[in-house]
Amino acid sequence: METTVATTASQGGVWGGGNQPLRASYGKMMMWFFIVSDALTFSGFLAAYGFSRFKFVDAWPIADEVFTHFPFLHGVPAPMFYVAFMTFILIFSSVTMVLAVDAGHKMKQSKVAMYMFLTIIGGAIFVGSQAWEWATFIKGEYGAVETKGGKILQFLDTEGNRVAIGSFAESMHSTAAEHEPSNGIWFMSGNDQTSYNFEEVKAGFLANDNLLIRTQYLDENGHPTVLSREASIAKIKKDGKLVVEGANLKRNEYGHPLFADFFFFITGFHGFHVFSGVLINIIIFFNVVIGTYERRKSYEMVEKVGLYWHFVDLVWVFVFTFFYLV
Amino acid sequence: MGHHEHSLAIFRGRLKFKSIEQKIWGVFIFLSIITIVEVIFGIIKPESLMVPFMSSFEGGFMATMANIFLSPFIFMKPLNLIFIVLTIVKAYYITWDFMHMRDETKALRRMVVWTAIFLICYLVLILLVEGDYIFEVYKNNYVKFDF
Repeated sequence: METTVATTASQGGVWGGGNQPLRASYGKMMMWFFIVSDALTFSGFLAAYGFSRFKFVDAWPIADEVFTHFPFLHGVPAPMFYVAFMTFILIFSSVTMVLAVDAGHKMKQSKVAMYMFLTIIGGAIFVGSQAWEWATFIKGEYGAVETKGGKILQFLDTEGNRVAIGSFAESMHSTAAEHEPSNGIWFMSGNDQTSYNFEEVKAGFLANDNLLIRTQYLDENGHPTVLSREASIAKIKKDGKLVVEGANLKRNEYGHPLFADFFFFITGFHGFHVFSGVLINIIIFFNVVIGTYERRKSYEMVEKVGLYWHFVDLVWVFVFTFFYLV
Repeated sequence: MGHHEHSLAIFRGRLKFKSIEQKIWGVFIFLSIITIVEVIFGIIKPESLMVPFMSSFEGGFMATMANIFLSPFIFMKPLNLIFIVLTIVKAYYITWDFMHMRDETKALRRMVVWTAIFLICYLVLILLVEGDYIFEVYKNNYVKFDF
């Protein structure tokens, strides 16, 4: 209150410097301002994701059908479990971080070091998990056919289970090979070779009467549309163009390529934040261990890096909701 | 500067803790419960929460206004609304208790939170309205794109 009382006598006191109306140190305030601007960057990404999703709202992949894997559980669909595990890891590393900050307030050096160490471990597990998630997503599972218009056709049996293209494609001893730099003076770029080409998948599809095609368009119940056998045959003959396995920035066997683009971009940017957070945490950890803050008689650096670390957790809470839940 | 006073209560003073450590663990348990609820809802997806609570109003200006004000209940699946509300609750406790926003001055708190919330709401509104408009154009106009 004393700073808001404007008397002539206090003018020199107000403008002469030394006032701290926010009662926060310069470093902490700047960390807050950085967090605001970084939050706006992430909101920009997530809002752009929402924009693209609204634009193609009747043809957007369902996250539950994309992220169904869990390490060591091959072939057992486990939607949500892995990402829930990652969320817990990150929340828990936030807890150890805030415990480190608290131990810092009480000037307990060894406790700060221990909690910082646990935080670093949590961060490393999270980044590793994300790498696994990416690898699984890039590799793909069933494969799909892309149409001339860039739409995805997936394959089902008559019971409605997904069928991998490898299980029905007919091998035709294709002579096509990937164009490599060693084969030409002017190497531009060659198409990626998939394990089966489109003609092989088409022949296998036509030969198996129990196969159906599922398009990326959602029906009125929000499930992807399954075509009848006749419509499936007509669709693959008329529109089919190439085979897609897994996902990259151009193609995506799970559905719309923009889904994969935003997945790589947003989780990648977040993962990069976690990675740099781990690096900063390691630096601070060693500073704690060698007693820098003990000599400074203040553990405020731990508090500042803690703010950044909690922010990374905060962003993940939103990524989790908008990428996996909604 | 010294240390600020740490507030040891959450839920508007209804739940008080004896020490900072206890409050941290309390908040962790609360956040975990929310996450578990989200995951369970995300897996079972109850049918009753998959259709919006209300249908949109037809008619003149007042109906349009009602559609805007009640848009979360008219145009959104209740399940998604629940997810978003739970996310904001989680964000609140991470910011207030883990980032110690509860213990900062009111001015710093408003500077950070109000600025971000205003700009984010504005951005999201603009982009989602635009995305929906483009969807309608693709759907209702003579543009061939499914081939």
